[in-house]
Amino acid sequence: MNSLTGSRGPSRRTVLQGSAAIGTAALITPWGTPLRAEPVRGGTLRVGMAHGSTTDSMDPGTWDSGFSILQAHTSNNYLSEIAADGSLIPELAESWEASADATTWTFTLRSGVQYHSGHVMTAEDVIASINHHRGEDSTSAAAPIVADITDITADGMNVIFTLSAGNADFPFVMSDYHLPIVPAQADGSIDAAGTDGCGPYAIEEVESGVGSRLVRHDGYWKPNSAWFDAVELIVIHDNAARQNALVSGEVDYIDTADLNTVHLLERAPGIEILSVTGTQHYGLPMDTRAAPFDDINVRMALKFSIDRQQLVDTILNGHGTLGNDHPIGPGQRFFNTELEQREYDPDRAQFHLREAGLESLDVDIHLADAAFAGAMDTGVLFAESAAASGININVVREPNDGYWSNVWMQEPFVGTYWSGRPTADWMFSTAYTDGAPWNETYWSHERFNMLVTSARSELDEDLRREQYFEMQQIVSDEGGTIIPMFAAYVGAHSDTLARPEQIATNWRNDGQRIAERWWFAT
Amino acid sequence: MSHIWMMIAQRLALGLVTLLVVSLIIFLGTELLPGDFAQEILGQAATPETVAALREQLGLNDPMHIRYVGWLTDVLRGDLGESLANGQSVADLIGRRLGNTLSLALYAAAIAVPLSLSLGILAALFRNSFFDRVANASALTSISFPEFFVAYILIFWLAGAGGPFPSMANFRGDPSLGDFLYRTFLPALTLTLVVTAHMMRMTRAAIINLLASPYIEMARLKGMKPMRVIIRHALPNALAPIINVVALNLAYLITGVVVVEVVFVYPGLGQLMVDSVSARDMPVVQGISLVFAAAFVLLNLTADVLATLSNPRLIHRR
Repeated sequence: MNSLTGSRGPSRRTVLQGSAAIGTAALITPWGTPLRAEPVRGGTLRVGMAHGSTTDSMDPGTWDSGFSILQAHTSNNYLSEIAADGSLIPELAESWEASADATTWTFTLRSGVQYHSGHVMTAEDVIASINHHRGEDSTSAAAPIVADITDITADGMNVIFTLSAGNADFPFVMSDYHLPIVPAQADGSIDAAGTDGCGPYAIEEVESGVGSRLVRHDGYWKPNSAWFDAVELIVIHDNAARQNALVSGEVDYIDTADLNTVHLLERAPGIEILSVTGTQHYGLPMDTRAAPFDDINVRMALKFSIDRQQLVDTILNGHGTLGNDHPIGPGQRFFNTELEQREYDPDRAQFHLREAGLESLDVDIHLADAAFAGAMDTGVLFAESAAASGININVVREPNDGYWSNVWMQEPFVGTYWSGRPTADWMFSTAYTDGAPWNETYWSHERFNMLVTSARSELDEDLRREQYFEMQQIVSDEGGTIIPMFAAYVGAHSDTLARPEQIATNWRNDGQRIAERWWFAT
Repeated sequence: MSHIWMMIAQRLALGLVTLLVVSLIIFLGTELLPGDFAQEILGQAATPETVAALREQLGLNDPMHIRYVGWLTDVLRGDLGESLANGQSVADLIGRRLGNTLSLALYAAAIAVPLSLSLGILAALFRNSFFDRVANASALTSISFPEFFVAYILIFWLAGAGGPFPSMANFRGDPSLGDFLYRTFLPALTLTLVVTAHMMRMTRAAIINLLASPYIEMARLKGMKPMRVIIRHALPNALAPIINVVALNLAYLITGVVVVEVVFVYPGLGQLMVDSVSARDMPVVQGISLVFAAAFVLLNLTADVLATLSNPRLIHRR
């Protein structure tokens, strides 16, 4: 992480002047920035994946598991790409520009991009690919993020998106993993069961919940990338089995290392741990409509009675950073650097309890490890640290099965995780604004809602930063979610693999583009 | 002999009724689980609109009995339906995995059954000797450990850095027989260790039970060698209980090995069942339960037929 504040992401001006952005981007080779050694072609990358289910499907609207998401980025391209340094660069689009109010976006497509099947990408493909998630009867998990699009039209190699409200971050949305560009069929739909794409590797065979094999796409347009001949993704649910497979050389890379034993894995010869902190965070949301959480002092008391450092040290085994009760990570563009880090302070917790007119407090927290790895232990540690200020937390163990439908957003005090969103606006409007489908605390704050809307279409970078800083302050002080920690993505790989100097932090597996950006050392 | 055919026909008919009841119970059980397919598959990303649209699309809004009867009619026509999750035909999904599960079960049985029978016979022959005690103790020890622990121990000693066997049993495409036996040796050995004790101790007990009988006494008095007494005279009469225990363990090898599948990354039916239940993918869950139930019915039937055939008094009934 070279810088915590500005300068990493593109300024609004460079986003708007998309073509100029490519000019500069080309000079510094955005994929793979200054490399340690000259990459070489060849070899089969074998990846051990922790999450993959026999119920995974090829339909982009259902992608959810780690397996689906990595496979998506290995076999597909998107209109835009988040580079390893966190900036947004064009991928299948060559450039984009917006109308002055940021409601109409014109994407100019790269010409001559070949699918694995040999077809060449057209504007119709883009329209079909995005339309797959739109409409009244959409069953796509991405329906909410494309809900703002009111119309998509084609004009030669230009695709014009019309939005219902201005959104300066719209090109970021087009990098979402649900939105790959795939061939359109004659009737303007896409083949939801198909495997064709225009990414670096073509799917040769795939068996849900077991694994897949992909081979290099010879006609891939992106220069200096996709060094492997083939990629094998192998689903290995069991932590011990996965780490064993890496140590015994059956796989070259594992996407998830067990945090309880990662220090032991680190000692194995020829193994390197890859730990990046990005936007993934764990939280404990409270229903702000339900007593006693409707009292802001009660929420504050709970926020002061959690020992964040202890959680990072034990639950994450040190692989993470402290959270400050708002969802914006330290590596993000508008991260509030002026906000004081909240510490464990039983005295202040007691003060807030008294402000709320309470001597002591008894609350239930409903947790399961489905919420995040180590959620149960987090609950127990929280109960322990909160006891010092007269708060009795009763940890209720819920089943993992059905956690997201029966406990989360149903019980008043639960656990949650967010892999995070690349922009502050996206994160806030997904889970914090009034009426957002995943507003897990049912929080409604007038000033905050107003700021989200105004910052979304704000043109002035400084004004925008100021607004996002204030939003983080509001969420941290008045919001309903305790966010004690940002969890690093911890994977491991054999030292036969070489990786670029800069590893993307926006997602696991080098921004899910390990197959495109890494190579075998010689 | 005709009464044996009668018995088989009768038992098969009863088996069909059992399958029907099992499918009903599994269906009701899946319905009782909180949440439905639309919610579970969308998980944290579910919104009320997408859940409603998905339910509508898949016909999950129909009342329970209509969905069950619809499924049942399809099955009677020989169509197991399609997975709700990815639209693949359930027969295909199960077919691929069933082949894997059966091969592993067969492999494990091919080691475990001869091993436990001979150990049982030897233990009966040398009962209360040092050998008997060691065989018993080690068989009971291995059955007392949870399967995953046995698996980890085997991986630790026999796989991993420098070990002769691979820790992952998964393979791509059609491996040669030798390759298959090599890659799946550790899971087969794990299963062997788990099922041996039961069969071995039953063999030993059944034989020892007979050793006090007068006709064994007679054989001994004739001066027959102890091994021959056991093999020729005791074993044939002890077969019925042994066959039953073997059948029970074979059924277990088919239906109960999900933990071993997970540890050794072996794509069998168990993991498919677990994934489908957690996503409430009803057609797949139903399909697999039918396979599992059928395995129990058929193996029990086989055991009964073989037990009957091993008993002359039952074959030549007057």
